[in-house]
Amino acid sequence: MFTNIYPQLIGLFAGALLLTSTLMVWRHSLLASIGLLAVQGVALAALVAVIGVEAGDAELLLVAVLVLTVKGGVLPWILARESRATTRITDESPRLNPTAALLTVAGLTIFSYVVIGRILIHVSSVPTHAAPIGLAMMLIGFLLLVTRRRARSQLIGFLLLDNGIATVAFLTSGGVPLFLELGISLDVLLVVVILYVFAGRMHTKFGGTDVDTLRELHD
Amino acid sequence: MTWAAIAIALIQLVFFVFLAPLVVGVIRQVRARLEGRAGAGVWQPWRDVRKLLRKNPVHAEGSSWILTAGPLTVLVSSLLLCALLPLVGTLSIPLIPNDLFVIVSLMLVGVVALALVGLDAGTAFGGMGSSRHMTVAALVEPTVLLAIYALSIPAGTSTLSVIVGTRLQTPAVILSPVSVLAMVALAIAIMAETGRLPVDNPSTHLELTMMHEAMVLEASGRDLAWLELGSWLKLAALLGLLGNLAAPWGILTDLSIWSVAVGIIAVAAKVLLLGILLGAGEIFLAKVRLFRVPELLAGSFTLALLAVTASYLVA
Repeated sequence: MFTNIYPQLIGLFAGALLLTSTLMVWRHSLLASIGLLAVQGVALAALVAVIGVEAGDAELLLVAVLVLTVKGGVLPWILARESRATTRITDESPRLNPTAALLTVAGLTIFSYVVIGRILIHVSSVPTHAAPIGLAMMLIGFLLLVTRRRARSQLIGFLLLDNGIATVAFLTSGGVPLFLELGISLDVLLVVVILYVFAGRMHTKFGGTDVDTLRELHD
Repeated sequence: MTWAAIAIALIQLVFFVFLAPLVVGVIRQVRARLEGRAGAGVWQPWRDVRKLLRKNPVHAEGSSWILTAGPLTVLVSSLLLCALLPLVGTLSIPLIPNDLFVIVSLMLVGVVALALVGLDAGTAFGGMGSSRHMTVAALVEPTVLLAIYALSIPAGTSTLSVIVGTRLQTPAVILSPVSVLAMVALAIAIMAETGRLPVDNPSTHLELTMMHEAMVLEASGRDLAWLELGSWLKLAALLGLLGNLAAPWGILTDLSIWSVAVGIIAVAAKVLLLGILLGAGEIFLAKVRLFRVPELLAGSFTLALLAVTASYLVA
């Protein structure tokens, strides 16, 4: 029964990951992006759980729970709480207009299919078919990092990049050991907390974290 | 087989001419009730068409034969759409297959005819409406093509009857990510194509942002009736297509009195339900600024493209 729907489930959750990444580019509002990040975390956890059930690996299920708590719960919660508390204007005016950005997303997705198709030419399991999604998420994360103006929105891009790396790891090698995953998750969590608090302090001190205006050091 | 297909096409044609004004009436009535108005009743579009058909058209000075031929072309393209799409049954006439490209080019014929009607009298509003209409059309057609292409991959053919038939036989296809993404993209494209709310506001006149209403300003009497009926038929037929792609149950696959009755009732129920949903959904939407329409349509194009790429996810 499970083996029958296994490819469908992998496709469903990988599709959800790609869809949320695309919507993050589409939506300008920071809070909407954070909500999408939470959905993406849940989809990633579900993907890990599906791979774990198929492989019969209890450790992967633990990793799934960890991903669900950190990426689907704690991180978005911290981000949303900080954003609601500190920023008044949560809309972003990106460097690239949304139409061009969306078409770039389409281009990046096709590009990652081409690249992964060349790299993983000899490996053919069900999850590796979905591996281009991970690379596409990484590239979309870079796109967000490059095109967004404010530090908080760039942080969303950074987290999307991290999700993309995790997706590629899970889809190509069937996951990483629990301790490694624990370390990475805590690392990301710490970086985000520090960056976020830092951005909040900068906001209250200088009145904005638009990287275009951060040109000189203040006393 | 051919005669059965022609019979089905004729049934669809007659039934949708009856159904289309009713669907528009239902949409308007739902909106009116949700906005706290009494509404004109679901039969009002029918009464409007009857009234307009009795009146002779008045042509502006300097307008040409386009003003007479354009509305008829719009009507005929919509009627052909109703006859060809798999609405009541999935039988298709072998000589004219309801292929994806045939359908999209038929829609384009109607779009171009309507734009010419808007341009013909040489008024400012008409020209503005036509130019906007063509911009939207140029962005919508690729999305429709790509979305139905994504749906056609499981069926292995771009004939719409076969696509609907495949979805009827293997319902697992309907809820796959490919299909869901493509359906969302198709729904946005159809809303734009038929001039519904996020793109065009069908219930305003003389506003600087209007598209469809701006083009039909110069038409009157019988011509206006053909134009309105044509656009309603297109809306009803495309809603029927969307309904049959989302829930193909009840559509007939062989000709008999019983299956024809079931097919007609099923498609009427789907179209009316989608109409009610559309009317209720439009309450919560505001028209997007014209310069953000390309953004919306680029989004739906990207969804359609992702649907095509996602169809290679599941090996």
